Amino acid sequence: MKDYFFDLADFAISKLTGTEVLLLKFEGEVSDFVRFNHGRVRQPLSVRQQHLALTLIDKQRQQRMSFALSGNKTEDCTLLLQQLNTIRARIPSIPIDPYLLYATACCHTDQIRRGVLPTIEQAIGDIVDQAMGLDLVGILSSGPVYRGFANSLGQRNWHEVDSFLFDWSIYHVADKAIKMSYSGTHWDRSQISQRIDTAREQLPYLAKEAMTIAPGEYPAYLSPVAVDELLSLLNWGGFSAKEQHTQQSVLQALINKAQSLSPAITLRENTLLGLAPAFDSVGFVRPDVITLIDAGQHADSLISPRTAQEYGLQTNGANESETMQSLELLPGNLDRATIMHHLDEGIYVSNLHYLNFSDRAACRMTGLTRFATFWVKQGKIVAPLNVMRFDDSLYRMLGDHLVGLTSDSEWMLSSDTYGQRSVRSSHVPGALLSKLRLTL
Amino acid sequence: MFVDIETIISRFKRLIPAVDECSLRIVEESAEWTAVRQDVAMPLTESRDYGAMITIRDGDGLGYAATSDLSDVGLRAALDRALDWMRLSKQRSVFSNQTFRLPRLKGRYRSATTQPFTWSIADRIEVLMNESRACKIDARVVDWQASLSTQHIRSALMTADSLASGDYVLQETDITIPALHVTVHEGGVTQTRSWGGRDNGFCQQGGYDVLERAGFIGSGPIAAQEALQLLAAPNCPSGKFDLLLMPDQLMLQIHESIGHPLELDRILGDERNYAGTSFVTLDMFGSYQYGSSLLNVTYDPTQATELASFAFDDEGAQAQRQYVIQNGILLRPLGGMQSNQRAQQIGYAFDAVATSRACAWNRPPIDRMSNLNIEPGNTTLDEMIASIEDGILMETNASWSIDDSRNKFQFGCEWGQRIRNGKRAEIVRNPNYRGISKTFWRSLAMVGDASTFEVMGTPYCGKGEPNQAIWVGHASPVCKFTGIDVFGAER
Repeated sequence: MKDYFFDLADFAISKLTGTEVLLLKFEGEVSDFVRFNHGRVRQPLSVRQQHLALTLIDKQRQQRMSFALSGNKTEDCTLLLQQLNTIRARIPSIPIDPYLLYATACCHTDQIRRGVLPTIEQAIGDIVDQAMGLDLVGILSSGPVYRGFANSLGQRNWHEVDSFLFDWSIYHVADKAIKMSYSGTHWDRSQISQRIDTAREQLPYLAKEAMTIAPGEYPAYLSPVAVDELLSLLNWGGFSAKEQHTQQSVLQALINKAQSLSPAITLRENTLLGLAPAFDSVGFVRPDVITLIDAGQHADSLISPRTAQEYGLQTNGANESETMQSLELLPGNLDRATIMHHLDEGIYVSNLHYLNFSDRAACRMTGLTRFATFWVKQGKIVAPLNVMRFDDSLYRMLGDHLVGLTSDSEWMLSSDTYGQRSVRSSHVPGALLSKLRLTL
Repeated sequence: MFVDIETIISRFKRLIPAVDECSLRIVEESAEWTAVRQDVAMPLTESRDYGAMITIRDGDGLGYAATSDLSDVGLRAALDRALDWMRLSKQRSVFSNQTFRLPRLKGRYRSATTQPFTWSIADRIEVLMNESRACKIDARVVDWQASLSTQHIRSALMTADSLASGDYVLQETDITIPALHVTVHEGGVTQTRSWGGRDNGFCQQGGYDVLERAGFIGSGPIAAQEALQLLAAPNCPSGKFDLLLMPDQLMLQIHESIGHPLELDRILGDERNYAGTSFVTLDMFGSYQYGSSLLNVTYDPTQATELASFAFDDEGAQAQRQYVIQNGILLRPLGGMQSNQRAQQIGYAFDAVATSRACAWNRPPIDRMSNLNIEPGNTTLDEMIASIEDGILMETNASWSIDDSRNKFQFGCEWGQRIRNGKRAEIVRNPNYRGISKTFWRSLAMVGDASTFEVMGTPYCGKGEPNQAIWVGHASPVCKFTGIDVFGAER
């Protein structure tokens, strides 16, 4: 795939004339998706797709065109030339772009991570066999993901990762379930059986009669997955330099030092830890680590090339939407094995669902508990809780009300597959809160 | 267009294997996005996407494979993969002892576009630039953007059986999505006002005629003025109020608390790991009091300009207008033929609603809501306002959250206005309300007449594993609800 993309790039670049500059972005995947319900196969699917995006630049004007490729080089070269000519014809009618910025330093990168992925027999067999007698629902996504960049200045970047993610829930009854995932680069059947066995052991907790508690404030433990849900919502403009410069960031009060988070909170965009490529769509190479929040205070922002040009900043290779791709919250010192003891009495939240902002200026978030959420008393699970809505400010949850973070983190691969498999990942610990505000 | 459907059909015909059913869905899509932010044209973006999905069914085995390689070799490879999946899923699928066959596939659909996409790039930019330049009416305007997205989608669906008689379904859809928003800031307070919502509520089928129906020309200064009004407005009060919801908020209310809970695949459990389940159970259909007797909800793929109008769904079922809720009683779920067959297998028989759809060539069809509308009543807007002693009018969705059973919801709007003693009073900012779907629709006290009816939609309805974001339409009149829990922001 790498040679195929670079051959296409060389072909396209050979067709440039005069002062034209061409940027090429490649995204592809060869994926198997197996969807399960009630421990059986619902939809098994394979997808082979590759898309090329051209950005033609001439005299400070730019035009973009992305299109599907067939994978047949002769056919794709013909198509590429057609699309190049189409956008070339449009360039003169496009206004000068004062915020156009693209990499000219020619930083090459080449990363290939090979794995051992499940065969299609394993994809179905390993899971259906293990799920026998269980109400298992979820999806296995597996296969290589490709990202590439090339430009007419000679830069070449390639990123290829074999990975899989089995993301599933085992239901006891109605909405009471245990949610789990298994992701990585080397498929191991025993890991599936180990996790499913763990779920079997936990199911009896869900069999207890569910409790409903009144709205109010309760001590709570948020699992790493739940903490990731909170932090991922900050991708809606939280760290975007553009949003910050137009007073729209949900973290504006933190940026303006009117608010702070707990000194235990240090949040980073850690490209080294993640699966996302180290280069952006116009060729800038990202630093290994960008510290966004340092000991509870705002540190850096995610700055795309366009924002950098508009506001006179230095880009750090952020994508156009200026969102975290490889999120890392540094761990604390609470022992996860004894977290129930630390919680003593309160709510154990394994998952949160459908978060949104209820008050952007206050960074107040709302959402719901989901899957296995329990009422804990004297450090022991009493009963599963019925769904509750929380509505609380991040400045309280990860500020005054944060007791501590666990000393170990979970590495989570995003399960997003809108259009293509996501390469976003998170490395996040659990969080113990003295109070979480529940409203409904 | 760039895909020669007849050539692909001839290739496919040579490959058809001996199975219960083999179908092919070809989709091609071209799209353009033009935007002007702060009077500067953003990079113009165009896309051309195409590919095909092969589906194999044999007994209870099922397999899908999608490819953008539409050559003989590419289709052959996809077919082989789908066959492998079919064989491996036999005796292990959710369709135990069921054989599902698509209907006879024959027919055509085309959007009722009155002004096709013929504008030049310069024309598109000029229209957006005019709106953009009209937004900066005050130093407190800190950000603004106008954009226009247009799509043309052509899809063909065929089976081995239908091709034997030379038939297939061909549908062509034009979508136009105008959007505009203005952000103002002063003294630590930021407010944004958009034209139809940040998620483009005025999207419809059609070409540039959509801009006329959306009132897009001239929307810039109105949005800017309203944003400044919000900046000066008090915070929305908290308490129990009568609530008057305008169509650009009702679309979200319909979507989240009627549409999603009625999707049959959710009720059958397919979505429990991702989008969620439903508080609605199979035994409720035909008797459950979903709302007050004023609530009439239709699945209506025949609204010519609405976003998800079509003649056939992606299982080839012919689409017809049907009541989903009538006089408040829940009648039928939103499920395609295959989901209905699964429900039938466990003892529940419904009339299928032709609403099984795929968002693109690389995803299989699942149950969607398509066009889901509240039918108009017979009360004028003035009569509704006059009936409210102390209430809040809310307009334009800004925040949405609902539980995985689609029951406990909390929604926020951009624009609020107090209603006192039957008259519109002061503007309020940051209006939010919360409730429970099971009881919320029973508090429906008045339904606006046809003069209050608006056709809205969203291009971003997300569900499915692998994920699928698809376009859906929601049309409704203004509606009044009583005794709703309303609240504002912290400042």
